[in-house]
Amino acid sequence: MNAAFHLFPQSASTAATHYDTLFLALILLTGFVAFAITLLIVYFSIRYRRNSRADRSEAPVRDRRIEIAWTVIPLLLFLGTFAWAAYDYAQLYREPPNAMPVFVVAKQWMWKLEHANGRREIDELHVPLGQPVRLVMTSQDVIHSFFVPAFRIKQDVVPGRYTTIWLTPTKTGEFHLFCAEYCGTDHAGMRGRIVVMQPSEFAAWLQTGNTQSGMTARGFELYRRYGCSGCHEAQSSVHAPDLHGLLGRTVHLSDGRTLVADEAYIRDSVLLPKKDVVAGYEPIMPSFAGQIGEEDLLAIIEYIRSTGDEHARTSQ
Amino acid sequence: MHARVSDIAIPDYLNEDWSLKSWLTTHDHKRIAWLYMVSITVFFFVGGAAATLIRLELATPQGDLVSADTYNRLFTAHGVIMVWMFLIPSIPSVLGNFLMPMMIGARDLAFPRLNLASWYIYVLGGLFTLGALAAGGIDTGWTFYTPFSTMFSNSNVILAITGVFILGFSSILTGLNFIVTVHKMRAPGMTWFRLPLFVWANYATSIILVLATPVLAMTLALLAAERLLHIGIFDPALGGDPLLFQHLFWFYSHPAVYIMVLPAMGVASEIIPCFARKRVFGYRFMAYAILGIASIGFLVWGHHMFVSGQSVYASMVFSLLSFLVAIPSAIKVFNWTATLYKGRITFSAPMLYALGFVGLFTIGGLTGLILASLALDVHLTDTYFVIAHFHYIMVGGSVMAYLGGIHFWWPKMTGRMYPEMWGRIAALMIFFGFNLTFFPQYLLGYEGMPRRYHAYPPEFQVLNILSSAGASILAIGYLLPLGYLLWSLFYGKRAEANPWHATGLEWQTSSPPPKHNFERTPTVLRDAYQYDPQTGTEAPQ
Repeated sequence: MNAAFHLFPQSASTAATHYDTLFLALILLTGFVAFAITLLIVYFSIRYRRNSRADRSEAPVRDRRIEIAWTVIPLLLFLGTFAWAAYDYAQLYREPPNAMPVFVVAKQWMWKLEHANGRREIDELHVPLGQPVRLVMTSQDVIHSFFVPAFRIKQDVVPGRYTTIWLTPTKTGEFHLFCAEYCGTDHAGMRGRIVVMQPSEFAAWLQTGNTQSGMTARGFELYRRYGCSGCHEAQSSVHAPDLHGLLGRTVHLSDGRTLVADEAYIRDSVLLPKKDVVAGYEPIMPSFAGQIGEEDLLAIIEYIRSTGDEHARTSQ
Repeated sequence: MHARVSDIAIPDYLNEDWSLKSWLTTHDHKRIAWLYMVSITVFFFVGGAAATLIRLELATPQGDLVSADTYNRLFTAHGVIMVWMFLIPSIPSVLGNFLMPMMIGARDLAFPRLNLASWYIYVLGGLFTLGALAAGGIDTGWTFYTPFSTMFSNSNVILAITGVFILGFSSILTGLNFIVTVHKMRAPGMTWFRLPLFVWANYATSIILVLATPVLAMTLALLAAERLLHIGIFDPALGGDPLLFQHLFWFYSHPAVYIMVLPAMGVASEIIPCFARKRVFGYRFMAYAILGIASIGFLVWGHHMFVSGQSVYASMVFSLLSFLVAIPSAIKVFNWTATLYKGRITFSAPMLYALGFVGLFTIGGLTGLILASLALDVHLTDTYFVIAHFHYIMVGGSVMAYLGGIHFWWPKMTGRMYPEMWGRIAALMIFFGFNLTFFPQYLLGYEGMPRRYHAYPPEFQVLNILSSAGASILAIGYLLPLGYLLWSLFYGKRAEANPWHATGLEWQTSSPPPKHNFERTPTVLRDAYQYDPQTGTEAPQ
């Protein structure tokens, strides 16, 4: 977090390198066009000023060929730029399978973050160098936006749904975290820092000062306390879908739709159980809206994710 | 032709009656244009005062001049006032009102009473919005994003959106009036492809006004329903969807950008041929480009939402369409430049404004391409890069063109010339002040400074100081015309009927024009812009 003046921002993620290349290419292209237009306007203004003796015979007022040329050439350039930028953008939503999850809950005007082992942070995020990190984010109140300029990433954090983004840090150090979506009085104060550490230091940091049990263990406890296990476990007499290894599984719904179960699907099923009823089951699940906090819900989802690992192991 | 210029016997529209009642009950489109001009000028300087305080606050990284709450109210007031009370009515309601009937050879707009009603509705909406400011302001930003605006803001949201809701009806009625006028009231011989491009631009703008503004009205009504009655529409805690609001809001507010910039393109298309003494290059492509922008402009709203959580595929479609809407804009810039080729160019103040418009609009448009590029928008959206981009379009583009138009048609509107030297000084000051204010904001945005920040990390200070310094030059640049134009009303040189030797029908009647514009309905014999660069002469339409 270099406080001195610098013209270009620090670059500390794999995405930053890609985006900067694209940005530079576009600056060259648009800079060339802006320069050419300016040059022509100035040149014509001088050459064809009122008292000049420049030749004005047959001054053209239309020319179909040149008009088609300056329609088609920009069109082709634009299509190329679109494809390049769209490709880079799509990568942002294709997280690597080994990405380390971090859970983010935003509220006016604070960032609450939690690592998978239960280590919590406020307005600070520690991540290891070179390790893909996946952020699963939601908001308790209004829309916020998780913005790290050095990583060139930004993602709105929306109440009522999960948004995700991933990144791979490529440089150790401290970087700004900003809230980029206006969220009320202290919006400008909703800042924090990202600390990128060497993996060994990070592993040590992750253990220190952690009095929490892991998210999975806490999730399991909550899974029992809220009564999920009463219906969803195999020995239950209630006819409810099995949740083991649910994340990533294809689910067929009673209205004929199919979807791949992700965090958002589980969240909706807990808070809005009538929305996606699984085929073959009665819509008997009660809603937990207003009874369960965002952080507890994330822990339960982490527990359900962990059952997937067991599931994978036992089926091998 | 010459017979149209009246002898002195008929009083002009200004001298007919000077009583306040005659102004407030007038049905004359030219007088209604003045009512609008006076009101939007007041609002422009109120909005400008808010901008001044914003720039003063941002001169230092600490939030030390005003409190965070006050700052949030200032940028909201600046946005709401400048968008709805200045930019949207500026060129259409002032210059369009004054000129459209004259340019097509009509005595007035199709519905003169409705035209006056539009102004009263505008004033009523403006009073509500000012009332919201006086009652303590509103802190949602001009975008009114939910659920902040519906469930969390403690400011005068309802009062302010009521004002904007009412202002919308003024837009709709003006748009309707213009559409009917262009369709039904063109003089004999004024075919569609003889229309001045200013008329084309305002016609296309009117279609957007009529189609898009009702969506804003509905959106604000839904916002009020949630805020007042707690009907869950946008807030997820009530079962709503906050992104729905963004879709609805930008479905209006992106076309609104074209409401602000198309008329500006129309003004530039009048001024540049006149001062280059050459027909505008590619007239038909220019007209089609206007229609292209107006129609594709309806399909790009989602480019405001690339990081909002909308579907990746939706973002891709919106990005592609945003690149496509840039094509007709590019064509227009190339055509204005080509108009200068082999022209016979003079540099009066209107021309300086028009050339400044072309340059700044080009930079604004090109940086728009950078923002339309999906991956780059992830980094740049909601930063100062966006602020710089849309100010290049709306202030560098629209305000430059509006001032250019005011200077160009000032002799027609008042019968007096403005002082030329002062006009040029102001145009240059505004151009340089503008660039110094907003170019550093592109750099700030790429460095990562978020918008709507009351305080910021110290490494952003240098660029912010440059920007604030530019703003002080810009402020003087805007105050100058206010001074010398008022002065010229009383002491300016008397203007001839056609001081610029322009071709449009509005110049074929006296300055200022008689109440019914023309002594008898003109017959149009020629295409627009019949200038001859070899001799510098022109053939009136």
